[in-house]
Amino acid sequence: MGNKKVKEKMSIGQWIAFIFLCILVVVFLYPILFILINSFKGKFFISKDPFSLPSGDTFVGITNYVTGLTKTGFLSAIGWSFFITILSVGLIVLFTSMAAYYITRVQSKASNFLYFMFAFSMLVPFQMVMFTMSSLADKLKLNNPVGMCFLYLGFGAGLAVFMFSGFVKSIPLEIEEASMIDGCNPLQNYFGVVFPILKPTTITVAILQAMWVWNDYLLPYLVIGLSTNYKTIPVVVQMLVGSNGNKDMGAMMAMLVLAIVPIVIFYLTCQKYIIEGVVAGAVKG
Amino acid sequence: MQKTLKKYFLVFILPTLLAFAMAFIIPFILGVYLSFCEFTTVDNGKFNGISNYINAFSSGSGFLSSLGFTVKFVIVAIVSINILAFGLALLLTKKIKGTNVFRTVFFMPNLIGGIVLGYTWQQMLNAVLLQHGTNLLAKSTFGYWGLILLMNWQMIGYMMIIYIAGLQNVPTDLLEAARIDGATGTQTLFKVTIPMVMPSITICTFLTLSNSFKLYDQNLALTAGAPSHQTEMVALNIVNTFYGRTGYSGVGQAKAVVFFILVAGVGLLQLLFTRKREVDQ
Repeated sequence: MGNKKVKEKMSIGQWIAFIFLCILVVVFLYPILFILINSFKGKFFISKDPFSLPSGDTFVGITNYVTGLTKTGFLSAIGWSFFITILSVGLIVLFTSMAAYYITRVQSKASNFLYFMFAFSMLVPFQMVMFTMSSLADKLKLNNPVGMCFLYLGFGAGLAVFMFSGFVKSIPLEIEEASMIDGCNPLQNYFGVVFPILKPTTITVAILQAMWVWNDYLLPYLVIGLSTNYKTIPVVVQMLVGSNGNKDMGAMMAMLVLAIVPIVIFYLTCQKYIIEGVVAGAVKG
Repeated sequence: MQKTLKKYFLVFILPTLLAFAMAFIIPFILGVYLSFCEFTTVDNGKFNGISNYINAFSSGSGFLSSLGFTVKFVIVAIVSINILAFGLALLLTKKIKGTNVFRTVFFMPNLIGGIVLGYTWQQMLNAVLLQHGTNLLAKSTFGYWGLILLMNWQMIGYMMIIYIAGLQNVPTDLLEAARIDGATGTQTLFKVTIPMVMPSITICTFLTLSNSFKLYDQNLALTAGAPSHQTEMVALNIVNTFYGRTGYSGVGQAKAVVFFILVAGVGLLQLLFTRKREVDQ
């Protein structure tokens, strides 16, 4: 028993479980494999023979990707998705952490009220404010990518402030007092001392918000709409794949693959942070 | 220190507060007010009492039937997702080879957005149904089970991760003691493991509850409510009421207020449950 090698060997039960899990992996990956395989087939073969691998006649190389990208403005959607996600997450992390720091450190009725409002906003579904928010955004000329980022800052503030202030509470005051005695003003103190300590929460908040903004459909659809050049990936996918009429099945499959690829790359590179962040967000939120 | 910090009020709070007021506070208050008005844009509301609410619950508006469909969906989704996720978590804490790879694969669908995910499943399910000469939009049961499958695929990995964390916190000496006392595997599972991971079960139940109750993107992408609004969930019904036909913005806003109360109720219930448990321990 004490021998290490014996311990590492799996029992019959474990082998059965292992094989079962392997089958499950195929089941889990199948929907993605399905669109990947079909994205290399000619558009007329997809509905006739959707489950076979592309071969001979049916294989069309990257034609579907070329038609998809040139016909639909998908490339610009990828660009705008990146722009809006990065700028929104940057704004959210910077400003909500400052706000959370302030309302946690300065004890007053106003602070308590603000904290309550931020927490309250997490309970409100988007449908409650979607009409009024998008109409106001139109009136205030926020119906452009930069304005959208401002709206994401406002709508994402609830969860972010909530998570940041939970962490600020655990930072001992002594650390900051030392820097204040050294003559730092609150801003220098915040960026020199507090913000670096917040790093774990910053990563969690950034990941949760990035996933939300990247995948969000309704807000960009309502605020920016279909008629501009600022469409994000979910909006373009909904417009192309969801529209009726003559569909180019091949191009559709290719677009779905392209929409998934950035997420898979992001996931495989920062997997550890993503899983930890999502779990932390779930437990606290 | 507080005094000096107080002078920096504007620098620290203003950007977030401005955006928060613009994106949430003002739209929320305006939304509550407009639910008692007839309006086409935010500044032409005419007070009309509770008639929006009465219209919202009238049979023609589809609100109650979408609520019924949502409840049927939520119950089956909660049960299936949590049982499957818990089972997977049990398997993945049994020191099987490749556990990390399995975890990575099972969690991945959770990151794909609802619209993309919905259309991916729509393509695949339609391909299957086409072999039998039908499609997703032919019958509401297809759409219903399609949504259940899709939701399971998306959320099992997420819940599994939370259950794994819970299972890893179960003290091994407790399991050892049960084994020495001669408890069978099933007894250990139901008398030791499950009571010990109750906090995870509460979290996962509420997460699946609120995520499936508020579901919109997947619903829109998979069936968009077809056939004839039979697979329309509450969130989609509200959006369709607002933007589907003119003159119904007030009714849409009233439905949104009711939806908000239901969602907030679930959230507060969750808070109550998790707080109570903290006291117990």
